[in-house]
Amino acid sequence: MIQVSFTVNGERVDALVDPRMSLADFLREKLHLTGTHIGCEHGVCGACTVHFDGVSARSCITLVAACDGHDVKTIENYETDARMETLRSEFSREHALQCGYCTPGMLMTSYDILTRFPDLDQDGIRREMSGNLCRCTGYQGIVRALQNAFAAKRNEG
Amino acid sequence: MKASAFDYVRPATVQEVTAVLAENDGDARVLAGGQSLVPMLNLRLARPAVVVDISALDALKRIEVSDSEVTIGALVTHAALEFSQEAGPTFDLLRKVAAGIAYRGVRNRGTIGGSVAHADPAADWISCLAALDARLTLEGPSGARQVPAADFMLSSFTTVIGTGEFLTHIHVPRLSATAQWGYYKHNRKVGEFAEAIGCFVRDDAQGIRRVVAGALSSPPVRLFADQGGWPSAIDIAVLRAEVERAAPAVEGAHVHFHAAAVLRALQSGLAS
Repeated sequence: MIQVSFTVNGERVDALVDPRMSLADFLREKLHLTGTHIGCEHGVCGACTVHFDGVSARSCITLVAACDGHDVKTIENYETDARMETLRSEFSREHALQCGYCTPGMLMTSYDILTRFPDLDQDGIRREMSGNLCRCTGYQGIVRALQNAFAAKRNEG
Repeated sequence: MKASAFDYVRPATVQEVTAVLAENDGDARVLAGGQSLVPMLNLRLARPAVVVDISALDALKRIEVSDSEVTIGALVTHAALEFSQEAGPTFDLLRKVAAGIAYRGVRNRGTIGGSVAHADPAADWISCLAALDARLTLEGPSGARQVPAADFMLSSFTTVIGTGEFLTHIHVPRLSATAQWGYYKHNRKVGEFAEAIGCFVRDDAQGIRRVVAGALSSPPVRLFADQGGWPSAIDIAVLRAEVERAAPAVEGAHVHFHAAAVLRALQSGLAS
């Protein structure tokens, strides 16, 4: 077992962990933060996306043993965050989800790119979101939601 | 889809890394960003006794630029290269390649050293680094050695890395300000591993002309090496003939995929 100390959603976590345990399993099974979903478990689908030291990362292919000293944020961290509220509203307005399984990961990646880029056109949004799979929507609503969020960012100026 | 059991260590020095790798003689795997290794662990394609996390080696997270070369630490992420600010064609090519690797979350965590050492022929860096004539530093129990990137991969997932060794730095000779370059990869979905890669650099000020075909089922190959490094015409028939000659294992429609990727790399780079 490996001793780790890191922060999750701003709170310090100290734990003894099995080296093979993924961050995704740790978040869900030990911290009961079940907003982080597990899909493919090999880094393809993006459902498990969290923020690792402030940028999006796949928690299913991050070992929790390797999180020592780092900062992890999950979808639960963004309950009252203004930027995430914009994204949630736009996802809702544009029907950017149906079953919702991919949605936490979609929102976490969206938050990263909305923070990272001053602006993105439709092609750029599609390229940046290409690592998050949705089997319900056909992506049109997700792309529109992000176009709206970038438009709102431009208007804030 | 859960990894089999392994021990985990995160050494603080290069010497400790090489010592634990040597002790475990082939049964330890180096963990950098984990974007290739951890999927393989989860799928149980890799079942090492020990995972050696090198992420505490902060000296390997830097990009250093001199007049003659760019030294990239093995732990520099694709995203760090994608958003690098340095001007000039060397970094333009590195940015282009980095921005096309996998997905946002993977680029944020995945490292150039991890990708190169993983030695998937369909990955981006190995073809790009062969075209740039980069050198790789391997640290081992008896010290460091350098190998040309073009000689690093022996076959799919197999490299010249010896017992106790690991990749620490990538050295890229800088191109002249007037150098031309092109990079094109063929894949059916954004972010997938490539089915064909074409890359070239042409730096007349330094007399450099290299054209590379990659994402073969084997290491990338240099095309036209015996013809001054350059095709007699920028033409699909010329490129198809050279792909067939330089990579005889490539068959059928794949000859065309590879020739077309090289053609598009040449066309895009020579037009700009």
